[in-house]
Amino acid sequence: MTVNAPANPNPPEAAPTKASSRTRSERKLAWMLCAPAVVAMLLVTAYPIAYAVVLSLQNVDLRFPEENSFAGLSNYATVLTSSLWWTDVFNTVFLMVTTVAIELVLGMAIALVMHRAIFGRGVVRTSVLIPYGIITVVAAFAWQFAFAPETGFVNNLPLISDEMDWFGGRFSSFAVIIMAEVWKTTPFMALLLLAGLVTIDDQLYEAARVDGASAWQRFTRITLPLMKPAILVALLFRTLDAFRVFDTIFIMTRGALETESVSILGYNQLISRLNLGLGSAVSVLIFICVFLIALLFVRGFGAKLDEGRPGG
Amino acid sequence: MTPGRAKRALICLAATVLAGVGLAACGGGSDSSGTPELTFFVAIQPGGTIEKVSERCSEESNGKYTITPEFLPTDASQQREQLVRRLGAEDSSIDIVGMDVIWTGEFANAGWVEEWTGPLKKQVTEKVFPNVIETASFEKKLYAAPFNTNTQLLWYRKDLVKQPPKTWDEMIEMAEGLKEAGSIQVQANRYEGYMVFINALIESAGTEILSGTEEVDLEQGPTENALQVIGRLANGGAAPPSLSTSDEDTARLGFEAGESAFMTNYTFAYGSAQEEAPEIGKVMGFARFPRVDASKPSKPPLGGFNLAVSSYSKHKDVAFEAAACLANDTSQKTAVELDGLPPSRSDLYSDKAVTKAYPGFAGLVKESIEASGPRPTTPAYQDVTLAVQRALHPPDKIDAEDTESIYDELKSNVEDAVKREGLL
Repeated sequence: MTVNAPANPNPPEAAPTKASSRTRSERKLAWMLCAPAVVAMLLVTAYPIAYAVVLSLQNVDLRFPEENSFAGLSNYATVLTSSLWWTDVFNTVFLMVTTVAIELVLGMAIALVMHRAIFGRGVVRTSVLIPYGIITVVAAFAWQFAFAPETGFVNNLPLISDEMDWFGGRFSSFAVIIMAEVWKTTPFMALLLLAGLVTIDDQLYEAARVDGASAWQRFTRITLPLMKPAILVALLFRTLDAFRVFDTIFIMTRGALETESVSILGYNQLISRLNLGLGSAVSVLIFICVFLIALLFVRGFGAKLDEGRPGG
Repeated sequence: MTPGRAKRALICLAATVLAGVGLAACGGGSDSSGTPELTFFVAIQPGGTIEKVSERCSEESNGKYTITPEFLPTDASQQREQLVRRLGAEDSSIDIVGMDVIWTGEFANAGWVEEWTGPLKKQVTEKVFPNVIETASFEKKLYAAPFNTNTQLLWYRKDLVKQPPKTWDEMIEMAEGLKEAGSIQVQANRYEGYMVFINALIESAGTEILSGTEEVDLEQGPTENALQVIGRLANGGAAPPSLSTSDEDTARLGFEAGESAFMTNYTFAYGSAQEEAPEIGKVMGFARFPRVDASKPSKPPLGGFNLAVSSYSKHKDVAFEAAACLANDTSQKTAVELDGLPPSRSDLYSDKAVTKAYPGFAGLVKESIEASGPRPTTPAYQDVTLAVQRALHPPDKIDAEDTESIYDELKSNVEDAVKREGLL
């Protein structure tokens, strides 16, 4: 935690030259300690992003290695004027909003249960986390098999038609995709919320109880306001994640029946068509969307990334 | 050095286990310098064809090369994705490529596979069906040795249908008359199998998707006839409940479960029904892929694998020899014996191996391959197939009464796709 040292308030009355030279040397040390991480980040993050931006301005197709040329912004024009891109943006935002909303409600309930569990606290917390530990592709296959008309048990349940073809329609496909996503990532949400919950002082609840506040009032007047930073961080992480949804859709429908997300659209251009120019343009646009979502949370709602995180 | 040696030891071990012979060929590191190890990337075949032919050819080479198969998934798109990622990166660890008939244009144009010339070219094309040679060629040059081919037949229930239908219209009418048991199994999920189905209908109707590598054909009248077949099937009583997610396997399962009177599917469906559902297998009839236009013979689908030599291989000379061996008549017989894959050499259809695998319908398979309508050959094939699938999926969006607007959509999608324009 040496890096935090420059932030320590120095009394302004102290001898200015001595203090500033000390501050300067500490700052230098901080930079040196940060340097390896910065270099690593530049190599693994900044370079690929910059390369994708460069590719997106060119006509590059691996199948036609001789025909590379400069494209300017025409790849972006192709993407942004295509109805496919906007359909996929709509699908992605729809999935993002629905899954995150359901996860927030369920995650909060689970966090409260985990927090208040009197006996078997360890067992409760571990078992809640199991879905999050399962690889997304495996989870997606499990849900797909469960809902497939030939192999699944779901159609044998009461109130559900034996002939129901879940992956044969847009909204029934979305329903299964949403269920699988929610099942998989609610534990993550619950864990982040639990971290916020444990920071609330129990004395506040006792005082409220003495004043005659009901359980609902204690939840809305104490728990929610004090958890706002934790909730915002949890929402931010999950929203960014949900916007990039890929695995579940890829396994279940491969994007058929208008269930495609923007990530699958990017995959089709890059991996199937090997059209690196167009595919990179899609990727850069996804990056910009993700950046805007983060900006909205941090600037718009005042989410503070250094507060309310587990252990932070 | 240690990892390399460990890998070599592992390969030797694997080869030994596969070969079931002694350790004679793997005596330490001394002879490993002399024998090139060829890696054969190919789709897995459940019957074990690939292992068997690789092993036999390695043995027959007398130490000239050993072939190690690397298996790719069963799904054609996933096979291609794994291969193109490696070939695009000029990976020298691929020597022989098991190439689906639709990849030839793309791989040859990108310079990923080598041209076949001279006596080996003559050897691998001898007695091969001309339209199969076409699928291994691009711009009049041969890029692969034809191995197995494949085609679809019409399978029907002899206990429900006396005379197999000649046309799709007849079949849909018969199926709708049968009510419950009357569905028709096809492949209509959004994947390559749907393209196979669409292409066969368009070809049978008397036109084609492309007339050259970049010229869109799709003559309006015949194309709309083909689209009407899909629309009538998908929106009528003959459609199985999960038509829009159906593939070869769901079709087979639906037929074996006794839910369907008709199915268009590859030859594996016959053997599968005999084993998995003998009751249905006993009454399983076969006929040629139905016509779209009653006055024109149908053009059944054409599939299969051709073997190419990678341009980035370090042992191209021996790789050509090995690929020629892997694709020769003995290997093709192994493929039909173990996996029921139809040979690409027309002279093998009177062979016992073939007549045993296709009891009573070896001649029909041969006739169907000769009459087949292959999918388009173009370097931009992937774009074309995505465009066609996007335009026509789900199948029930096609209104059989009014196919003009969907025809326009299909045509403009394909026109963009051959130019590799637009998002897909």
